[in-house]
Amino acid sequence: MQPTAGITPSTLSVKDLPWQVEWNKDTCTLCGRCTSVCPVSAIELAVHRKRVVETTTGLLQKPKNAYSVFHGIRQRTDAAYACIGCAMCTMVCPNNAIRPMRLDEGTTLRFHNNRGGHARTRGGRRNAPDSLLDQIKFIRISMLTDPALDAGRHEFELRTLLGRVLPPEQGLKAFQENGWVPAVREIYPLVIGSMSFGALSPNMWEGLQMGVAYLNEELGMPVRMCTGEGGCPPRLLRSRFLKYVILQIASGYFGWDEILHAIPQMKEDPCAIEIKYGQGAKPGDGGLLMWHKVNKLIASIRGVPPGVSLPSPPTHQTQYSIEESVAKMIQSMSMAWGFRVPVYPKISATTTSRAVLNNLVRNPYAAGLAIDGEDGGTGAAYNVSMNHMGHPIASNIRDCYHDLVQQGCQNEIPLIAGGGIGKNGNLAHNAAALIMLGASMVQVGKYVMQAGAGCVGSEIDRCNICNLGRCPKGITSQDPRVYRRLDPEKVAERVVDFYLAFDTELRKIFAPLGRSTSLPVGMSDALGIANRDAADRLGIQYVV
Amino acid sequence: MCRLFALTSTEPVSPMVAINALNVMKEGHDGSGVGLYLSGLSGPFAEHPEYPILSGIFTEKGLKRLDGIMDDLGFRPFHSVSIIKSSPPVGTPKRGVYLARAYEPPKAWADLPEAERTAQLVQARVAIRQQGEAERDMMAFSFWPGVVMIKEVGDPLTVGEYLGLDRPDLHARRILCQGRQNTNYAINLYACHPFFIEGVCTMTNGENTAFIPIREYLSSRNVPGYMGYQSDSEVFTHIMHFTHYKLGLPVEAYKHVITPLSDAEMAGHPDRDMLARLKVLCRKMIIDGPNCVIGCLPDGTMFMAQDRKKLRPGVVGGKPGMYAFSSELCGLDAAIPDRDKTLDFQPMHLDTAYVRPECQEVTICSQLQALPRQR
Ligand code: SF4
Ligand code: SF4
Repeated sequence: MQPTAGITPSTLSVKDLPWQVEWNKDTCTLCGRCTSVCPVSAIELAVHRKRVVETTTGLLQKPKNAYSVFHGIRQRTDAAYACIGCAMCTMVCPNNAIRPMRLDEGTTLRFHNNRGGHARTRGGRRNAPDSLLDQIKFIRISMLTDPALDAGRHEFELRTLLGRVLPPEQGLKAFQENGWVPAVREIYPLVIGSMSFGALSPNMWEGLQMGVAYLNEELGMPVRMCTGEGGCPPRLLRSRFLKYVILQIASGYFGWDEILHAIPQMKEDPCAIEIKYGQGAKPGDGGLLMWHKVNKLIASIRGVPPGVSLPSPPTHQTQYSIEESVAKMIQSMSMAWGFRVPVYPKISATTTSRAVLNNLVRNPYAAGLAIDGEDGGTGAAYNVSMNHMGHPIASNIRDCYHDLVQQGCQNEIPLIAGGGIGKNGNLAHNAAALIMLGASMVQVGKYVMQAGAGCVGSEIDRCNICNLGRCPKGITSQDPRVYRRLDPEKVAERVVDFYLAFDTELRKIFAPLGRSTSLPVGMSDALGIANRDAADRLGIQYVV
Repeated sequence: MCRLFALTSTEPVSPMVAINALNVMKEGHDGSGVGLYLSGLSGPFAEHPEYPILSGIFTEKGLKRLDGIMDDLGFRPFHSVSIIKSSPPVGTPKRGVYLARAYEPPKAWADLPEAERTAQLVQARVAIRQQGEAERDMMAFSFWPGVVMIKEVGDPLTVGEYLGLDRPDLHARRILCQGRQNTNYAINLYACHPFFIEGVCTMTNGENTAFIPIREYLSSRNVPGYMGYQSDSEVFTHIMHFTHYKLGLPVEAYKHVITPLSDAEMAGHPDRDMLARLKVLCRKMIIDGPNCVIGCLPDGTMFMAQDRKKLRPGVVGGKPGMYAFSSELCGLDAAIPDRDKTLDFQPMHLDTAYVRPECQEVTICSQLQALPRQR
């Protein structure tokens, strides 16, 4: 900064920013790749002036100034161009001459990312690296009193049921009398949670679909993926792969004209219909696809004009009460597919989850309840919603499971847990813990992006610009110049990789607990935690 | 691991035959307890097979309270076996009266529908048990026509001799007997096998790793008598009860509830649709332990079933007129030495072996076979 320039309240120095770009003049070749790849233009090529005082020995000659210039990288300090730490610059640098470093005391930016009166919006997650789920241990090990099972050789049934299961007496009677029974799908307990076509790039979506198809058709793993609120590509709707897809309908109803019109031409029923009422990352807030991501393709699939922002309302406009939402909406969606497809709502975890659940228990058409905890991710939301709104998933699932046990309906109306599962990479562990707390299956989104496509977002506010359409990895961008970086085939491979690894890890958890023939839903006696309050709250053992 | 022995015979047999068989398997249990189920009794109990028999242990005060309770219900004592002992062997606590008492039901009883009668019997037993737990003066193991149950802590043979179980009015046609290996529960008589509810009795060895979710499920069924669960094996009895009474399914279906077939095995099954439905509906009752279950149904059918991986031993054999189910071959040898040993059968992971009360043959039913046609 020049000494004559004015210092305004929002004038920041590099030290005020959370991410600082370290650049090494000696190794830099000035190729310019970093500045061109930077998604937020945080760095620019700059001319640096340098003065050297040259002194000679003795007193005869006076010291001289020698001025020179050199070229190199300068980090911008304007809040709008603050480095996000994505490290794409590092990735493209041929000499490893540049890298972002996190500075924890660089907090000033937080007070200035509301310029123009605009509250900060971003994509990503809550930015809280701690995880209660990670603290849970599996403590009931089969030791001598019963033989531990062999994760590699014994048969395992790692499947779960999605759909309303009748009480055994009623279900058997219906069978004997050829009566109607609700549709139930037997699926893999790890579901790819709702990420819309639009929030995700076409390459990312295609990669996920290919991965899911491979897992089903080549490996016999009944993995399912939810569309999110953004419709579904017309060819997929009319293909046999639709059976691997959970179609989501949310408050904007985007894409549902197309879906409903395609019903007569569908070769297969979809796996299920998810009615989204809420999302853990931004509870009480609707979808938020910004205009710059709404290109022609997205617009046509969603049935809207291109180039307009698509904020979904926070609630379904046609409904004014839970009875309305639950009964009518579930019934109409069920009816659309002749009552052959499970229909369930998804809500954000809240203290009122139990009221919702109790309502569903009395509705014979409700096929389950998906609950998304505060640690869930999103493509776009207000920072305040992401960081401070929402309920942790563990106690919410536990309470709901206990309510079902009270009513004798556990496993009859499956609970689907989401939000922060695997946020620190412990996917199988977190999933198993939630299943043993009472979830019938789990949904993951961020993990899929991180493991499947190399998303660099993290819980310390790294990257998280999914809302801008400039995703450096091409995952959440609609700009072909960016998303062509992502090869759908490679995404599919990674999806298969992490599913297989998850499967092995799940067996490695269940086998020592002596469980293999059914998913240990609600097996809370196997869980322990070194936190007395959490143990009491979850009804699991306190162990130190 | 506990050791199990069960015997079914056309003629009444002394309970000591079963206890002796347990004794030869002694290496496998630590003598921490013994439980007996006796039905098809001889002697005075057989005179009125329809009279319910209450079995339990009572203190003097408890006995008085019991008389009051039964009087209020209108049941009049008919015949009792009461065993009172003062100097128990080491390891067995001193108790009051070991009682098996048949009651003549009230007049109106005969007019009640069957379901109502059985419900009342269960309710009465549960009430006595609960009141007894509060005052620690009554323990009720069963209250059912033609069934006596005895449970005590200690070595089976010692306890059997101490209680003098060889008496003729305890000779029975069907006997289930377990020698307990106390692993993870404090010694509590309600935790001693076999477990009984409405004519269904089973005993199990091994560990039931899916115990907690199954217990939660059964407890929430609103069925009186689905309670207790001091042992993780009690759920096997209640699942059999559920299969029999609530689902109306035959003994062959029990294994389809607790250890359903895999999808591949089910693919070619003649009852595929029904079994697939059953697997979905009864998923919460799938067991996952190393378990061998031996039990007896209200009609006197005795059976043995193994867990999905067949991790526990079990053998059935005998001769027409008398068959036995045993954890180990040596138990079978001790009880029925003169049988054709080539016909002994060890049920595997898909099998249910059962003997009808006529005691003429062992029937082996594989889960891959068609289920018998439903009435
Ligand atoms: S880390 Fe990312 S945002 Fe920061 S300078 Fe490098 S490319 Fe730009
Ligand atoms: S890499 Fe892409 S998807 Fe991941 S946080 Fe950054 S912008 Fe979002």
